[in-house]
Amino acid sequence: MEHKDYKSINKPVRKKDAMQLLLGKPVYTDDLTPAHALVVKILRSPHANAIIEQINTAAAKKVPGVVDIYTWEDVPSVRFAIAGQTYPEPSPYDRLILDRHVRFVGDAAAIIAAETEKAALKAMRLIKVKYQVLEPVLDFRKAKDNPVLVHPEEDWFPPCEVGGDNRRNLVASEENEDGDVEQVLADCDIVLDRTYHTKAFNQAMMETFRTYTELDRYGRLHVISSTQIVFHCRRILSRALGIPKSRIRVEKPRIGGGFGAKQTAVCEVYPAFVTLKTGRPAKLIYTREESQTAGSPRHEMEIRIRLGANRDGTIRCLDFYTLSNTGAYGEHGPTTVGLSGHKAIPLYTGGLEAYRFRYDVVYTNLQASGAYRGYGATQGIYALETIVNELAESIGMDPTVIRDKNMVREGMRMPAYYNEIANACALDRCMEHCKRIFGWEEKYPVRDMGNGRVRAAGVAMAMQGSCISNVDVGSATVKLSEDGTYNLLIGAADMGTGCDTILAQMVAECMDCSVDDVAVFGADTDASPYDSGSYASSTTYITGKAVEKACAELKQRICSIGAQMLGCGVEEVTFEGDRVSREQSGQSVSLTEIAYKAQVNNTQAAQATATHSSPVSPPPYMVGMVEIELDKNTGLVTILDYMAVVDCGIPINPALARIQTEGGIVQGIGHTLTEDVRYDHRGRPIGSSFMQYKLPTRLDMGTLRVEFEHSYEPTGPFGAKSIGEIVINTPAPAITHAIYRATGVWYRELPITPEKIVIPPKEEDRAEGRKES
Amino acid sequence: MEITMTLNGRAVTDHIDADLLLIDFLRAHGCYSVKRGCETSGCGLCTVIMDGRPILSCSILAARAAGHSVQTLEGLQEEASEFVGFIADQGADQCGFCNPGFVMNTIALLRENPNPTDDEIREYLAGNLCRCSGYDGQLRGIRAYLDSRQG
Repeated sequence: MEHKDYKSINKPVRKKDAMQLLLGKPVYTDDLTPAHALVVKILRSPHANAIIEQINTAAAKKVPGVVDIYTWEDVPSVRFAIAGQTYPEPSPYDRLILDRHVRFVGDAAAIIAAETEKAALKAMRLIKVKYQVLEPVLDFRKAKDNPVLVHPEEDWFPPCEVGGDNRRNLVASEENEDGDVEQVLADCDIVLDRTYHTKAFNQAMMETFRTYTELDRYGRLHVISSTQIVFHCRRILSRALGIPKSRIRVEKPRIGGGFGAKQTAVCEVYPAFVTLKTGRPAKLIYTREESQTAGSPRHEMEIRIRLGANRDGTIRCLDFYTLSNTGAYGEHGPTTVGLSGHKAIPLYTGGLEAYRFRYDVVYTNLQASGAYRGYGATQGIYALETIVNELAESIGMDPTVIRDKNMVREGMRMPAYYNEIANACALDRCMEHCKRIFGWEEKYPVRDMGNGRVRAAGVAMAMQGSCISNVDVGSATVKLSEDGTYNLLIGAADMGTGCDTILAQMVAECMDCSVDDVAVFGADTDASPYDSGSYASSTTYITGKAVEKACAELKQRICSIGAQMLGCGVEEVTFEGDRVSREQSGQSVSLTEIAYKAQVNNTQAAQATATHSSPVSPPPYMVGMVEIELDKNTGLVTILDYMAVVDCGIPINPALARIQTEGGIVQGIGHTLTEDVRYDHRGRPIGSSFMQYKLPTRLDMGTLRVEFEHSYEPTGPFGAKSIGEIVINTPAPAITHAIYRATGVWYRELPITPEKIVIPPKEEDRAEGRKES
Repeated sequence: MEITMTLNGRAVTDHIDADLLLIDFLRAHGCYSVKRGCETSGCGLCTVIMDGRPILSCSILAARAAGHSVQTLEGLQEEASEFVGFIADQGADQCGFCNPGFVMNTIALLRENPNPTDDEIREYLAGNLCRCSGYDGQLRGIRAYLDSRQG
């Protein structure tokens, strides 16, 4: 492992925007909108599947303050996708701005533009819609080849071939394998066959979806949106609205959280349409209810695994079938599902002789899913880590030992991970380290505390990627200013993660200056160099490398201008941070002198832009361990300790990496224990407000402890991999494991609420009656 | 109707609709630190201080604040500056959207109880949701501030 003494890398630098945020400065979308902006509201369908037969807006338009109301008859008839993905998107083009066919409870039926929110809401109540109500497809297990089609339209269009067919309610379908699964399974001592179910959890970022739009000084559409994907957003708007990209500028201010939700252009198109129609500034601020019911949550998945092993705990075969529910529209459907296998199975590369991974992604008449931190890997890892725990418990083997026996290790080739080599992998050290700080030997045995309370522990491992290999593009522009400070321009989006800061740390390291001397700007389609956007855990790894390359190029240019000033060749000078020196003569010129020279009679730019993409996506790894106290009388699960050790390569900023980990763990705790997604028999969401969709509070997460095991990823900037997504993956399987230890019941559906613990669902196998096929 | 309240130490008079919520009154008067995170009084983002006590500005009519003194983070910059740097040092600000409400409630806590235990801090701030940080970093920041005062 390479270890260098860095000045700015691997340091807990304060976030560049920290004091602005902590002191409540107006830096978010709705803080920047003018008071005269039109308020945009969406009338939403009360039916899960219906055709709008008539829509009468006459009375609504008469409400004082209402500027206009738009229906399906007013919008372009070109289908598009709102998934923030590189073109051509794997997501099907299955949306119109407003469609006559509404496909879930909450689907847009009309757009209202008014001078005030009050007028808009009053108008909403006066719009008369006659629906032809159709039978909905609500059970995703019955969606494939269902006679009811969610997308019967002729102009449904997949830009990529991903095995989808709208005549079968199928968004994507694939099968791949390595080795002969059936043959290996037949030869195994033990075959476990289990099915796990996870729900469409909400990101629930504190700032709901929101967008402001206006015409700028050139009459172009200027979009200020809380988005992770400014460039994709511009492309999506261009197609949806039918205007050239040169007429659109998308920028993001500070973002009040995203977690992938804002990797989909959930609401941008509506106010943009209003501004184009009226010429006036417009804003759309989603309510919490809209965010929860017409947003872009996790894909519900059901994952069946057949695991083949030997009695000594060697895991020889994994056979996955994932059924993913994309809801009413296909955003991120074809891609999230892939991670449920490809970013789970490689964890057990150790003794694996064969794997198979099959999947179907289906449409239903429920809220459309999208991208959520973990992006399918979370669901796959929950299933895989739980079946491995089931195996360990069934053969009486310590679950940490069975993992030591089978886990992927540095240098291994991972067939289920596109044959990539694990160049940097400290998973084994993470396990050893986590066992030690957690006190696994003492906490693993179940302890009866009296009064019906039991303490128990659980464990899980996780992986993720560091980008979308061969796809994601990151760029950075670094400019020298007259006083020797720098500007860093990026198209990646800091959504609270701190990427502005860690990328500035990289500039500071490369240019041998202070982090304070680097000003960061992003992201704006007019001013930023192209970046796919902040998703797929890619910003540190991809944009970071672009920063490194841009700095190297800028250094070269600074040296060239300096050499010219010193009257020598560029090969004779060296860059020394605040100056360029000619060793031979002892002469030097300061950065300030060079910067001023660059502004006079000069043809060499004192700035550089570099772009990066990667053929590999090195996985970060981690181990999480949880200790719970379970009250057998009430079913209440209290998290006592959650400990995690993460291998994200070299953490660029250990403080921010730690907070990422802690935040991800607490989200995972919420999904496992308290956050539920329910619909009634007509597909209407139940309990979507924060009163019922219960996010963990600071009383619900016990004591967190996060530590790191360093590895050095040779293809990453300063040895870094990623951190943002992996951290959400261990709580579900670890807590499920601990609950089994405490109750003897394997819960194979999330969340595991107290009610289910007191009255276990019938289909759950009790430990004593568990079948070992 | 016309109301007058003391907002961050200054008398503010305005004509308002009777059903205007305090949060919307405050934002309309430039107090953009006051954020809305839910519509069900469940997230704590809109916390402000009225007559010295923390309240949810989404759950009270602006008219109810007439004749009272309301403070938002805009008016308590100095008091907040004493401790928020310690939270910044933990990186616990994250997306920042919950910060104003949580900082306001922390101000209220520290006024009431200048030396809270960790459990008292958790309890007092339990109504302030944060989806990014996992809460521990915020606690470490407040703890570091309290320790620095003792040291």
